[in-house]
Amino acid sequence: MELTCRDIGTVRVLSVEGRIDHSRAADFQQALAPYLNDCSAQGQALVLDFGAVDYVSSIGLRALMLAAKQVKAQNGQIAIAALSPVVSEVFQISRFNLVFTIYDSVDAAAAELAK
Amino acid sequence: MKIRFWGTRGSIPVSLTTADIRVKLIEAVQGARDRRLDHRADIEAYIDGLGFDIAGTYGGHSSCVQIEAGGDEFVVLDMGSGARPFGQSMIERFGPGKPQTYHVFMSHLHWDHIMGFPFFTPIYIPGNRIVVHSCHENVEYAFRRQQREPSFPVDFEQLGADIRFDVLQPDTPYSIAGLTVRAKLQRHAGDSYGWRFEHEGKSVIYSTDSEHRLEDEAECAAFAQFFANADAVIFDAMYSLADAISVKADWGHSSNIVGVELCQMARARRLVMFHHEPAYDDGRIEQVLGETRRFEEITRDGHAVEVLSAWDGLELTL
Repeated sequence: MELTCRDIGTVRVLSVEGRIDHSRAADFQQALAPYLNDCSAQGQALVLDFGAVDYVSSIGLRALMLAAKQVKAQNGQIAIAALSPVVSEVFQISRFNLVFTIYDSVDAAAAELAK
Repeated sequence: MKIRFWGTRGSIPVSLTTADIRVKLIEAVQGARDRRLDHRADIEAYIDGLGFDIAGTYGGHSSCVQIEAGGDEFVVLDMGSGARPFGQSMIERFGPGKPQTYHVFMSHLHWDHIMGFPFFTPIYIPGNRIVVHSCHENVEYAFRRQQREPSFPVDFEQLGADIRFDVLQPDTPYSIAGLTVRAKLQRHAGDSYGWRFEHEGKSVIYSTDSEHRLEDEAECAAFAQFFANADAVIFDAMYSLADAISVKADWGHSSNIVGVELCQMARARRLVMFHHEPAYDDGRIEQVLGETRRFEEITRDGHAVEVLSAWDGLELTL
């Protein structure tokens, strides 16, 4: 899976596309790994732009949980932005809205994490 | 085939508190303010229109589920505190003078799943026959130890019924009490076993106290196969997915999300959420039910799974 990377000021934004389900979760995790290593107190804050993500299954949510744990251990900052209505519901039902800070837009997330 | 739930709560029995009842009463009275409730029929109709979390309760007994398949012998899954009202109902129905046979199938031997046995009145009545089926080699030890001083005043040797223990092997079909029965090893401290019961083309799965490793594709596929085309899957949905894979990982329980996904993979007809978190009140369980139904709806891929949440007293006809 290819993640599109761009920087907004000091914040790194990764754009994700499509479904993160049983067939793609491992690829997503692998693609995310190098960016997570840089997401520490000394490194860049990370915003996952989910605007083009259609669906996240339990295995995809597990990959996000592992990412959150790694970043927390590194004292970094990670947030998710621009969830579609369906993915937003999945986050709420699975209580992943309590694991991540969710922002309506990438700009809003970048502005907050840059503070 | 009929399924009757006598205990549906996880880990430890709970009961409604005065504060819980007060919340229900306030909700009900508030909703009735602009209504004419002059007659009993009006009141009953109003109550029938309230949500289950206001007009009813999910109950608080720990795991105990009965399967009726039309035979003379009784089948019950686990001996949580729900075994006490189950036993009472049997005594009321048959009295002490008409011996019965009970087949008990154990998911595992943790306390919340055996604690109802000393209060299961049929064990005290001579002539009753009780067979405890389990895949745990130490099943007899667990039941005898629970009856010993200083934990209980009536020793196992004093029980009047003929009580036998039958250690079964997982992944092996057995014919017991007119049902075809098969067990599957599950992930839980000290191991637990799920059970599949089949009778005249109907099937029910009892899969409680089971944690699922989402990253293990072979394990997911094996459970989907075990659940395949079941008419009902009674499933440990104790935690949210976020809790089940983080702060409560390795606690041996699962979530509503994984229950829906496995039932979708298995093309099961119904998901019955079970082993409710004891900290949840009726409103919270009702909320989780609504959310789970919505999750099933937005993830449905041609095959609909009916989602229910078990409550003490629920009867399902398959």
